[in-house]
Amino acid sequence: MSRMKNNYENSRFMRFKRWVDGETDLLLNTMEIVPAKEPAAGEREEASKDSFGEKDGKNPPVFSEGRGLLYFRRFYQAVSVLLCCGIILVLLWTVAYLPSFGNAGNPDNNEVSARYIEQGLQETGAVNIVTGMILDYRAFDTFGESCVLFIASCCVLVLLRIDAADGDKNARKRLAESNDRIYEPKNDVILQKCACVLVPLILVFGIYIVLNGHLSPGGGFSGGAVLGSGLILYLNAFGFEKTQRFFTEKVYRRVTLCALTFYCLAKSYSFFTGANHLESGIPLGTPGAILSSGLILPLNICVGLVVACTMYAFYTLFRKGGM
Amino acid sequence: MRVFEEILLLCLIICAVSVAFTKDLLTSIVIFMSYSLIMCVIWVLLQSPDLAITEAAVGAGVTSILFFVMLKKIRAIRKEDGHEQDEK
Repeated sequence: MSRMKNNYENSRFMRFKRWVDGETDLLLNTMEIVPAKEPAAGEREEASKDSFGEKDGKNPPVFSEGRGLLYFRRFYQAVSVLLCCGIILVLLWTVAYLPSFGNAGNPDNNEVSARYIEQGLQETGAVNIVTGMILDYRAFDTFGESCVLFIASCCVLVLLRIDAADGDKNARKRLAESNDRIYEPKNDVILQKCACVLVPLILVFGIYIVLNGHLSPGGGFSGGAVLGSGLILYLNAFGFEKTQRFFTEKVYRRVTLCALTFYCLAKSYSFFTGANHLESGIPLGTPGAILSSGLILPLNICVGLVVACTMYAFYTLFRKGGM
Repeated sequence: MRVFEEILLLCLIICAVSVAFTKDLLTSIVIFMSYSLIMCVIWVLLQSPDLAITEAAVGAGVTSILFFVMLKKIRAIRKEDGHEQDEK
């Protein structure tokens, strides 16, 4: 062991670790690295207009090993083009072996989809087979997706939220907020009039999609996304003061938690009864009526609420770092 | 209908390539939005209206809005007229 420890500092792993940590550069002695030019404060506006071509004439970059670097660049370009073409070829080659679209003998037309299509209406009571599959046969997947959305919004909250707890940061938050407001067109008449017409339509359409998820195309996720984008449009037209009257962080937390908990409990109940061959006691109703297909309608509402709140929360968090 | 599908697929490829080759980030986001809309029509033609609604709401709506907000945050959207920058 001691023999290995003698060379430990220069071992390949330690050099790799140092390179990962950013302490040394592997390419430091092998090739010339041109430092990025720092434009002066006055020139920064011009530099941003991608006028690097003009400036190259004034002070051309110095190469110590000009020829080696040139070869390296040529090699790099050739290899990248070759790699790209190779990947495209492999992908196209794979596509050529896929079964043809809509063929009856394809492997996806197996007994599972036949069962869904034939007996889906009797077993789930949903006219829309897609929703019947998503929220009844594969409800556990959908629960995972809702949780993924919730976790994603939590991560955005952790990353982007501006902490208002201590006084020093509080001032900075106000600064950022007021800075953002300058760009915001205040009382834009065209936007407000358009929003007056569009927002109710979008919201009603979203609610329709959520409530009719088991009868017509749509469902919780798409309806929730429509609702969220309607809320975002309303927020853009009328500002944060109007939306904060009905949508704060507390409302978001409560709605999301209640929806996810209800989803979890309802599906746990139906999985428990289904696995033990018990009667679930939830009437399926007549197919085609709005109050039918058992648990699918309330589950759709839950998913829609979670998705709408998450979309809106994403936007507000990106916008001002809070709700 | 076959010709229409082929035109849509061609537009899809053109949009996808031009998103990568556009220098202006704002333009590329708008092209990305149109990509999502074409994709939405293709989903309808492939008889999956569920996906079409989701694509129109998420792909063309929310994602692009988040991109716009991000560009605004990093000050990548340049103002056309100068007097609004002077207020800052």
